[in-house]
Amino acid sequence: MTSPLQQKIKITGPSVVTANRTWDGVVIWRTNAKDWSTDLADAAIVRTADAARALLGESVADDLGAVGAYIAPVEVDESGAIKPGNLREQIRVDGVTIELPAHA
Amino acid sequence: MYAYDEIDRTLINERVSEFRDQVKRRLSGELSEDEFKMIRLMNGVYLQLHAYMFRVAIPYGTLSSAQLRKLAHVARKYDRGYGHFTTRQNIQFNWIKLADLPDALADLAEVGIHAMQTSGNCTRNITADQWAGVAPGEVEDPRIWAELLRQYSTLHPEFSFLPRKFKFAITASAHDRAAIKVHDIGLRLHRNDKGETGFEVLVGGGLGRTPFIGKTIREFVPGRDLLSYVEAILRVYNQYGRRDNIYKARIKILVHELGIEKFAEEVETEWLQIRDSTLALDAAVVEDIRSRFSYPAYEKLAPMPDELKQAAADPQFEAWRTNSVAPHKVQGYAIVTLSLKPIGGAPGDATAAQMDAVADLADKYSFGEIRVGHEQNLAFPHVAKRDLPALWRALDKIGVATPNVNLVTDIIACPGLDYCSLANARSIPIAQELTRRFANHDTANLIGRLHVNISGCINACGHHHVGNIGILGVEKNGEEVYQITIGGRADENAELGKLIGPAVPYAEVADVVEDIVEAYLALRERPDELFIDAVKRLGVEPFRERVYATR
Ligand code: SF4
Repeated sequence: MTSPLQQKIKITGPSVVTANRTWDGVVIWRTNAKDWSTDLADAAIVRTADAARALLGESVADDLGAVGAYIAPVEVDESGAIKPGNLREQIRVDGVTIELPAHA
Repeated sequence: MYAYDEIDRTLINERVSEFRDQVKRRLSGELSEDEFKMIRLMNGVYLQLHAYMFRVAIPYGTLSSAQLRKLAHVARKYDRGYGHFTTRQNIQFNWIKLADLPDALADLAEVGIHAMQTSGNCTRNITADQWAGVAPGEVEDPRIWAELLRQYSTLHPEFSFLPRKFKFAITASAHDRAAIKVHDIGLRLHRNDKGETGFEVLVGGGLGRTPFIGKTIREFVPGRDLLSYVEAILRVYNQYGRRDNIYKARIKILVHELGIEKFAEEVETEWLQIRDSTLALDAAVVEDIRSRFSYPAYEKLAPMPDELKQAAADPQFEAWRTNSVAPHKVQGYAIVTLSLKPIGGAPGDATAAQMDAVADLADKYSFGEIRVGHEQNLAFPHVAKRDLPALWRALDKIGVATPNVNLVTDIIACPGLDYCSLANARSIPIAQELTRRFANHDTANLIGRLHVNISGCINACGHHHVGNIGILGVEKNGEEVYQITIGGRADENAELGKLIGPAVPYAEVADVVEDIVEAYLALRERPDELFIDAVKRLGVEPFRERVYATR
């Protein structure tokens, strides 16, 4: 399998590393504390390809904690609040855009 | 129903304990994700946007009430209280924890359900006509052969690592409800001029990035030779299929590149060598499998019971009966489709409570048997016609009697960007909006038979290419846009739809579909000229004009 690190890393703006938690699959983000959080607000922000590569590298190394780590775009406003950078990531943050059947 | 024998029960139980051990080792760090990924996929466990997704096989779409109750139990205990029936007679659970998966698999194994053949480059779950065994005019129950193929292909050492996944579908009726022409191998059981039964074998059908309608490779293969012939095809594919390029790895590409004649020659050469090997099917083996299928002891019933005559006065019942009830091969019985397409709902989703209630109703009204169709609806295969009014009221209470089977709101849709990690765009909210637009039953009925199919990416799990109206989500500059095709169909006259023009934004899809439908209503020759026939007669142009004139 190709490691995500072997792929060319190109970022166009502020980015984070996200993955799913191994034991339960929950969406997580890599933090500055070299750990994971279930809250995007805690995510480490990178702004260069080199920094992104380094963050992805340490994330992928935590094979027990997380699965499928990749770099995702975000938007950061003046106050420092982080928002997902595209619809896919927004759906991963907010959940499905529909009402779940059990609640319907 | 089919009763598994000891071999199958042992196999399923062994798989559960193996997987339990593998998950334990993954969670302790003994196995890396690289090592584990293939293992989890072989047990139907994918990683999606929000969580792991667990895909469970429903071979040839047949479920017992006990099995359905167990699926409800898994939904309730390990997931979020619902499951999603797919276009390939599988059910998916969207929120399951890896740590819980061994228990979920063990619970399912108690009723003979498993997740083998739901992922990987192997032979996938063998699908069949959901009316198999009960459809009038059927040559014989195709599930006997589907079960044979299931046993033959499950964990087959030579074909567990094919160039790419491999899908079979089988029917024994003239009208194809199993979409056999868009499968890697499609099998149509029929009688030849001499009155013998055998298979028309189609090969190289498939959707996805490069869609093809399957081509007939042999008009007639006797039952005795089914396995050897199929094995010959798989061997040729295994040898020549493109392993270097995932986009060219399916058998359809090989058949296309070699040409069907050359491909058939290769298969024929291979077949001659193995035709009389141990793969030749002994009549006793087929009989043994046949004997493990049980059929209800049908009563002698009147073709038109009083209960039905009385209920006919209720227009709501009649609306439901017209679309949901189909003739049965036995007098006095009917096949009933349960719509999993409520207005505003997610196509193919059923809650645990619904599954439990459906299982109870199956016990009461359908000899404990339920079917799952590729259209993402359920069916009761053996309902006494006198019970139809009572059954209708019960189904209505649990929300599975929307009278829209085969109508514009009976939409096939994949999970799309709400769940799927491969998606480019959402499918479910598009389907939901369309069902709201056409919620008025009289309008939907006036439009008549019309199949809408939606996929969230080019992988085409929603079979958009063969939708009468096909909707494909793509991403353009970070926005969801949708390509619309018309004229596709998945039955015995299968065709790929044609693009009507440039992709349209998310917010306009429902308007475009409304425009297409309005154009059809204005252009059809007679009220009973179906949408698909009108498109065939008129071509794409008048629809294109209507849609893009003001856009
Ligand atoms: S068609 Fe694409 S988006 Fe839809 S389920 Fe398949 S892979 Fe996912």
